[in-house]
Amino acid sequence: MKPHVHFREIEGRSPGYYALLGLLGLLVGAGLVSALYMEIEGHWVTGMNNRIVWGTPHVFAVFLIVAASGALNVASIASVFGRLQYKPLAPLSGLLAIALLVGGLAVLVLDLGRPDRLIVAMTHYNFKSIFAWNIFLYTGFMAIVAAYLWTMMDRMGRPYSKPVGLLAFVWRLILTTGTGSIFGWLVARQAYDAAIMAPMFIVFSFAYGLAIFLLVLLAAYGWTGRPLGEGLLRRLKNLLGIFVAASLYFVTVYHLTNLYAAEHTGVERFILLEGGIYTALFWLGQVVAGYLLPMAIVFSPLGRSRGWIATAAGLVVLGGLAQMYVTIIGGQAYPLILFPGKEVSSSFFDGVVADYAPSLPEVLLGVGGIAIALLAVAVAVRVLRFLPEDLRDELVEAQAAAGGGDGSGTAGGERSGGAAPEAAAAPGSAG
Amino acid sequence: MRGVMAKTGRVLALLALVALGAMARPVAAEVPKPKLPPAKGEKCVEPTEVMRRKHMDYLLHQRDDTLRRGIRGGKYSLRECLECHVTAQAGQPLPTYGSPDHFCSACHQYAAVQIDCFSCHRDRPEQPAAGQARAPASGDGLTGPAIPVRTLKVLGPAEEKR
Amino acid sequence: MSGTDASRRRFLAGTAAAAAGLAVAPGVLLMPLAQARRAGEPASSDVRWGLLVDTTRCSDGCDACVRACKEENGWEGVGRPKTDAQWIRKVKVRDPRTGHTQSLPLMCQHCKHPPCVDVCPTGASMKRADGIVLVDKHICIGCRYCMMACPYSARSFVHEDVRDQREHAPRGKGTVESCTLCVHRVDAGRVPACVEACAAEGGGALVFGDLKDPSSEISRRLAAHGAEEIRADLGLDTGVRYYGI
Repeated sequence: MKPHVHFREIEGRSPGYYALLGLLGLLVGAGLVSALYMEIEGHWVTGMNNRIVWGTPHVFAVFLIVAASGALNVASIASVFGRLQYKPLAPLSGLLAIALLVGGLAVLVLDLGRPDRLIVAMTHYNFKSIFAWNIFLYTGFMAIVAAYLWTMMDRMGRPYSKPVGLLAFVWRLILTTGTGSIFGWLVARQAYDAAIMAPMFIVFSFAYGLAIFLLVLLAAYGWTGRPLGEGLLRRLKNLLGIFVAASLYFVTVYHLTNLYAAEHTGVERFILLEGGIYTALFWLGQVVAGYLLPMAIVFSPLGRSRGWIATAAGLVVLGGLAQMYVTIIGGQAYPLILFPGKEVSSSFFDGVVADYAPSLPEVLLGVGGIAIALLAVAVAVRVLRFLPEDLRDELVEAQAAAGGGDGSGTAGGERSGGAAPEAAAAPGSAG
Repeated sequence: MRGVMAKTGRVLALLALVALGAMARPVAAEVPKPKLPPAKGEKCVEPTEVMRRKHMDYLLHQRDDTLRRGIRGGKYSLRECLECHVTAQAGQPLPTYGSPDHFCSACHQYAAVQIDCFSCHRDRPEQPAAGQARAPASGDGLTGPAIPVRTLKVLGPAEEKR
Repeated sequence: MSGTDASRRRFLAGTAAAAAGLAVAPGVLLMPLAQARRAGEPASSDVRWGLLVDTTRCSDGCDACVRACKEENGWEGVGRPKTDAQWIRKVKVRDPRTGHTQSLPLMCQHCKHPPCVDVCPTGASMKRADGIVLVDKHICIGCRYCMMACPYSARSFVHEDVRDQREHAPRGKGTVESCTLCVHRVDAGRVPACVEACAAEGGGALVFGDLKDPSSEISRRLAAHGAEEIRADLGLDTGVRYYGI
């Protein structure tokens, strides 16, 4: 019998596991209470106002939605691009994609002025709105990825793995195009109104999704004590470095293009030089923490250490949140240009940089969204066979060489005898 | 066989209903009913029975006609509902939605049906505050400068000839 | 007397007053700007309502239009300027090179191609057949995408509970709102409150009328003197035009 990767639920009986669930549950609860508070009191209790209409919840929500589509990449690399070494990671990739999207959408919906009217958003559509399209793109994404998971995890679904995988890949590209276009198609705002927003968001999604994937993978295998091959990690962290470099490239092109047009030098001066918190977040958060440090880590000898890989991935996540803050809130803080070349002032804060400071409920709601995603993953890997119990390189390579294990019991749809005994008898210290 | 059983079932259900109805009759009198505040007008735009069952449909239909298509003067206006049904008790201010003296809440609280109208709409007729004549709510009153200065229209030569 | 009768009577009175033209001098007919539509008649695309702002007659210290709008539509705030609604505001425009300053009112520009309507996911942002851009608060979910899209910051989000709204101007927490061009008055054959106030107390800088009717005062003034759109580069074909900017 040839060796193959075998999927099994995590045991999930350790105090560490329950502590993790408890912590995440607490964060989810805090997020929900915050949302309720904002809905009952009205949004004046948040940092938002009539100039900054999308605040911290949107930073988290858009980050999660973008990361969700990127998290699916690992699965796509296996089934669309035929890199079979990634195949054992595909189920976790699909799971994360759905979980992150649910977390992001929860934040988005709970920050609506009238979340009680969600049903209206499902029954009234304006098809000229990219938002309305996104409702279909998001729900469609969940359905397609669920089907994709089925093709990975159930013997009956396996023959459809390739076409469904291809559909999921194309769909996620369209989805992130939709997310980027939410901003790219806003003609009135100096910081947006750029076709590059869509492809730039796609590249961001590659980086953010993979960073979160790496963090979850390292945590899951570290805490359960399951073996995880160095070769696999090396490939993933190199890929992360490439995605981060590509992000930096797109950001550079975006800003250079704006700098070239006299019309846009105002907003560029604001973001790059004089924007206070936004300038600091751009240079220190997005560029240094989000791009330069992670690249330095993964492409240097430091990248051999798991701790440093996790650090790099964590930095990419922080850089991503900083990028969203600069894009979403910085983009609104810069005043609309009503009369080019003129100074304007009014009781409605025309012509001045808008004030915004995140409020506690907004931050709690955003963090609650991340907690929803992670809680869903923690529970799912406990009850379904998402995680291979052994990801040693020899095993992964052998299976890839044997054709990725199509139809040979890779996925956890069935439990075949003779596999390695459960390596993780008791999950180690969680958290 | 199945058909017979279904028929029997239906007959039994009917019998049970009749029996229940008979039993419920004396109880019905004791069931508390909503206390509806008095209305101003003599009769509503439709018979009471119809209004009880259909008022929400009328309002829903007309709201779209009014707002989206700009059709004015329809028969089922929320403002007219309030004008007639939300009245003050002697010496009291007009009741607001949520008070048991408010026509809409009296029944909706009883029926435990939540409505969304008054999260945006005013819940009682607008009355000029004592000693203060507010501008008319809409075009109906036409107090104030009824014919505004800016409507001066200078006739062109062609029109002047006519 | 039933409520229906009352409404009908009021309505007829309004129509009659609106229909009456009054000759004040030979060749000058003092007549209502527009006639109230008959009951049951929808707004027509044969009409496009517009507003001309003559900035040469608009002075910096005057806010008659803003006060009138507040009163008419009941959006007096609660003293929190950053979250209180502003349907119309006075904007001061200064050219830093010359020091030349101007003052003008800014509100919803009632675009022919309104970005707010394009981006609204539910269709709550809408343009009526006669060009008036409105928010259908019945289906507004409060996503605020329209506020992101509006080049004029013309919209406000209702940040807290509202009570005692005006009868004709419903507004509520969690939805977005903006200038309605006093649609309730326009439908009754009257001009918007700001126009009335500007004529009575201000400099008479506002002209309201039908842009599609070449004989309307606004069309004549536009034909004779021209006017600009704010952010004309966006090609939105605004219904509000400014003379002298």
